[in-house]
Amino acid sequence: MVSGFDEMRTAGSEVRMHYRGYDRWLTQQPPQFMRTRRDEAEVIFRRVGITFAVYGAKDEEGNGNERLIPFDLIPRVIPADEWSVLEHGLAQRVTALNRFIHDVYHDQDILRAGIVPADQVLGNSQYRPEMKGVHVAGGVYSHIAGIDIVRAANADGSGSYYVLEDNLRVPSGVSYMLENRKMMMRLFPELFSSHRVAPVDHYPDLLLETLRSVAPPAVNDPTVVVLTPGMHNSAYFEHAFLSQQMGIELVEGQDLFVRDRFVYMRTTQGPKRVDVIYRRVDDDFLDPSAFRADSTLGCAGLLDAYRAGNVTLSNAIGTGVADDKSVYAYVPKMIEFYLGEKPLLANVPTWLCREADDLAYVLDHLHELVVKEVHGAGGYGMLVGPASTKQEIADYRVALLADPCRYIAQPTLALSTCPTFVESGIAPRHIDLRPFVLSGKSVQMVPGGLTRVALKEGSLVVNSSQGGGTKDTWILEA
Amino acid sequence: MLSRTADHLFWMARYMERAENTARMLDVNYQMSMLPQSAGAAESGWRGLLGISELTADYARHHGEVTASRVIEYMVSDADNGSSIRSCLMAARENARAVRGTLTTEVWETQNQTWLEFQRMVETASFQRDPAAAFEWVKFRSHLSRGVTVGTMLQDEAFHFLRIGSFLERADNTARLIDVKFQTVESDTSGFGQGAGSTTRRRFDRHRSQPVTKPIPPTAASGRPAAAASSSSPAASQSQSQSQGPGRAAAAPPGTEVEFDFYHWAAVLRSVSAFEIYRKVYRNVIQPEKVAELLILRRDMPRSLAACMHEVVSNLHQVANEQSHDTLRRAGRLDADLQYGRIDEILATGLHAYLTQFLERVNAIGVAISRDFLVPVAP
Repeated sequence: MVSGFDEMRTAGSEVRMHYRGYDRWLTQQPPQFMRTRRDEAEVIFRRVGITFAVYGAKDEEGNGNERLIPFDLIPRVIPADEWSVLEHGLAQRVTALNRFIHDVYHDQDILRAGIVPADQVLGNSQYRPEMKGVHVAGGVYSHIAGIDIVRAANADGSGSYYVLEDNLRVPSGVSYMLENRKMMMRLFPELFSSHRVAPVDHYPDLLLETLRSVAPPAVNDPTVVVLTPGMHNSAYFEHAFLSQQMGIELVEGQDLFVRDRFVYMRTTQGPKRVDVIYRRVDDDFLDPSAFRADSTLGCAGLLDAYRAGNVTLSNAIGTGVADDKSVYAYVPKMIEFYLGEKPLLANVPTWLCREADDLAYVLDHLHELVVKEVHGAGGYGMLVGPASTKQEIADYRVALLADPCRYIAQPTLALSTCPTFVESGIAPRHIDLRPFVLSGKSVQMVPGGLTRVALKEGSLVVNSSQGGGTKDTWILEA
Repeated sequence: MLSRTADHLFWMARYMERAENTARMLDVNYQMSMLPQSAGAAESGWRGLLGISELTADYARHHGEVTASRVIEYMVSDADNGSSIRSCLMAARENARAVRGTLTTEVWETQNQTWLEFQRMVETASFQRDPAAAFEWVKFRSHLSRGVTVGTMLQDEAFHFLRIGSFLERADNTARLIDVKFQTVESDTSGFGQGAGSTTRRRFDRHRSQPVTKPIPPTAASGRPAAAASSSSPAASQSQSQSQGPGRAAAAPPGTEVEFDFYHWAAVLRSVSAFEIYRKVYRNVIQPEKVAELLILRRDMPRSLAACMHEVVSNLHQVANEQSHDTLRRAGRLDADLQYGRIDEILATGLHAYLTQFLERVNAIGVAISRDFLVPVAP
C-alpha cells in the first residue's frame, strides 16, 4: 500500500500552497483557543437543534434519539482550479446518468448496444417496470444527485480524485454543508476576511429554481412541497431546514391525498393542489397502493397521478437502477455512449462478483480489497479487507459465495487525510467529499459540498451513522 | 397552511401556556405553604392543586401521601405525569420541532433552549433547592416564548393558530384556578360553592399516550373558613356557623382568619399577576366577588376569561374558512356572554356551576377548531 496523501501537507511535511494562509493563522492561536471554539460550536448546534436521529438509539439520559453530528473545526480546502475540473466532471457524469435512466425506461439503446448487460438492469430490484414509457417533465430523473468523491494517493505521492459512489435517489447531507459554513463564519470571522472562500448559501435558491423548472408543463406557478417521513427520520432536520429555506410546505404522507389523478394537500383553507414533490421518502414507501402496502409514509394514488403527468416527483421513481454499485462500473462507458466524450472523472477500478473471473480474483485477494453489497448504503455490510480479522474475512467469504451477484469489490484506496481536531490534538483523519448536483433546465451546483471525516484513527468509514463527522469545505479562489 | 402544521402550532402554544399556568399554581401554593397554618390546611392546598389538574387519582396511585415536596416533584419533573411541567415543555418542544420550518429561528430556538435548560435544571436538582426561582423561570420562559412569537412572526395563519392555542388554554386554566380557589374558601358557605360536586370534566388534550380524563374530585371536604369574605359575599353571612373546616379549626385562633383570607386572596391574585391590578382597578380591600369579577369579566385584565375569549374570537376571524361558521358563532357567543355578563348574576347561579359550564363550552370550541381547521381529535 502506498503511503497516504494529506490535503494539507506534502510527504515532506511542507504545507501545501492552498493551506498556507490557514496554517499561518492556526499557529498563531493560543492552545486553548480551538477547544473553546469547539465547545461553543457544540452549544450552538444543540440550541439550533441541528441533530441527527439514530434509529432505536437513546441519548445519555435515555431520552429520544437525537444526536449531534460531530463537527470539525479545521476546514477542508480545495483550490479553485481543482474544483473546476471536478465541477465539469460532475456535470458530465450526472448528465450521462440521467440520459441512462431515461434510456432504460424507454428505448433501451444502451442495452441493445450491449454496453450494459440487459439482465443487470432489467433484473435489478431497483428497476421499476411501472416507469416504463412514462414521460417525466424535462426528461430529467435525478434532479438532486450526491456524488461521493475521494482522493487517493498515487505511488509518486500525488493524489487523484475518484468517484466512489453515485447517490441518485434521496441523497442527504446538504444542510450540514450549509450549517457548517454558517458555524465557521460565526466562530472564525477573521478567517473569511483573509481568505476568498466561494460562498454556498445560495443552494436553497438553486434547489427551488430546479424544482420549479421541472413542474408539469401546464402549470404556471407551481406549488412545490418537501415530503418527509416525519420527525423521527434521521434526516428530519434537513427536510425542515430546506423547506424553511425555500419557503415551501413540509408535508407528510398523511397531509396528501389524490383525487382524479391530481395530488392535493390538506390545508386550513381546504385542499390545495401540489405540483412538485421534493420527496425524501424512498420509492418503496411512496404509494401504498402501488408499492409497499404497509407504508404509512406515502400517499395512495400518487403513482397514478405521477404517471398521468399531473405531478412531478423529485427525484423520479426508479433512479436507483443507475446508482447501484454494479451499474457504477459502467458509468464511464455511459458517458462515452450518450455524450461522445471522455469521462473527466475517474471511477475506482471495480470487480463485479457476478463475473466468474472477477469473483475468482476477489476471493483470492479478500484481505486487500474492500467488498461492498451492491444495494448497501450507510457503510453497512461491507468488508474492509486490510482492517479485518481472519475470522471476519472467512465469514464474509461464506456470505459472498452464497450470492456473488450481491457484491462488488474495489482496491482499498488510501483515502486522503485532512488535519482534524481530535482529543489528542490535531491529527490526520480520512475524508471524502459529497458535492450536490442539481439538474433541471440546466445542471448547477454550489462550489464544494459536504466533507465527511472518519474520526476514528485509521478508519475509512465516514458515514455519520457510524461515527463520522463533517467539516466545512472551502473552494479557495487564488 | 397545512392542517397538520396548524395543529402542531396550536398545541405548541397550548402546552407552553399550560406549563406557565402550572408553574403559577404551584408557586401560589408554595407561597401559601410558608404562612403559619395547620398541616391539614397546607395539605388541602396541595390537594386542590391536584384536583384542578384532574390528577388526584393518578397521584394517589403512585405517591399516596400528599406532601409539598412530593407534589412539587410530581407536577414539575415527573415524566410519567402527562401534566407535569416537564411533559408540557417537552410536548411544546416536540410540536415546535415538527414544524420548526414554520416558526422563525428565534421562536424555535427559544422553545428548544427552554427544553434543554429545563433538563439541566432537573439534573442538577435546582427545583428542590429553590422551587420559587424555578417557577419564576418557567413563567419567564413562557413570557419569552410569547414575546418572541409576537415580536418576530409574520402575522399570518401560523401566528393566529398559535394565539388561539395560547388563549384557549389560558381561558381553561384561569377558570380552573378560580374554581378551585373559590371552592377551597367557600365550599361550605352557600354562595360561591353552590353546586360543587363531582362533576366530570374532560381536560382537552392531545399528543399524549395517556389521555388525562379524570373526574374532578369533590372538593367540598377541603373547606376553609371565609370570615372576611362573608361580609361582602351575598350569601355567606348565614353560614358562619358552618365555616370551621376540619383541618383548620385546631390550628389557628379565630382572630387570624381575616388575615389568613387576605393572604389567600392575595395569593390567588398574584398567581395570575393581578394583585396590583386589583388595587388599581378597585382601590379597595380584597373582596372575593370583586376578585371573581376581575378574573372573569374584566376584558382589560390579560388573564381573565373575557380577555382570553376576546383574543380567541378575533384570531378565529382571521383564519375563518368555509366550514367554520358554527365554531365562530359559538366562540362569539361565549365572548358576548362575558362581555355583557354581570358578576352578581353569575354568583346567583353559583360560581362553580358557571365555571363548569364555561369549561364545557371552551372544550367544545377547542374540539370544533380541531374539526374545522386542524387534525380532528378522536372522540
